[in-house]
Amino acid sequence: MPTPTRGQRLGGSPAHQRHILANLATALFQHGRIITTEAKARRLRPVAERLITFAKRGDLHARRHVLTVVTDKGVVHRLFTEIAPEFSERDGGYTRITKIGPRKGDNAAMAVIELVRGEPATARPRRRARRAETAAPAPAAATAATGTEQPWQETAGAAEAPAADEPDEADDAGTADADEDA
Amino acid sequence: MAVPKRRMSRSNTRSRRSNWKAAAPALVDCPQCHSPKLAHVACPTCGTYRRRQVIEPA
Repeated sequence: MPTPTRGQRLGGSPAHQRHILANLATALFQHGRIITTEAKARRLRPVAERLITFAKRGDLHARRHVLTVVTDKGVVHRLFTEIAPEFSERDGGYTRITKIGPRKGDNAAMAVIELVRGEPATARPRRRARRAETAAPAPAAATAATGTEQPWQETAGAAEAPAADEPDEADDAGTADADEDA
Repeated sequence: MAVPKRRMSRSNTRSRRSNWKAAAPALVDCPQCHSPKLAHVACPTCGTYRRRQVIEPA
């Protein structure tokens, strides 16, 4: 369940915001990718992803829920028959937001929000798991090399080994984060 | 209605306005075309972000 938004509504009133988000969601499912302001894209993402989750469920009850937001039956049909099956392997993160810089005229931050398609939904292992994997062989090697040293020195050596991998890790983590964002 | 009592001197006006400065944005190199671009934003020159084509280049 998306967190309720705080502060000002888009467009000024709750009803206007509902209309804006419904129209944006309809356009997104119709075209696959839309260019809008970053603020609208960020508000749209949880709405659209929830609709896709409903579509993946696929039954009539879910369809009626979706129809309360996206009132275009053709678009809802496309969502249920074409878009939802593409995401059968993916657990969330169906949309990607990419910033494309400020708009001429009012300098508003613009973004592309698109359905993530045609990419394997293989989840990268969590960073902690990957770190443990790289760190595990390192202490063993350190212990073997410095067998005569005190335990506290060994732990120091173990701490250094993952630190050497750090920049690489950070890069990887950045990529993973961005993919999750998207 | 509250109104200024005195005309503001040209000097005061100008010294106030001397602090209206624009700051240059911090730019990074695009990994694809090596032109300067904003960080975390698709490159406006080649239209890529993380080597993925996002928009048609302007």
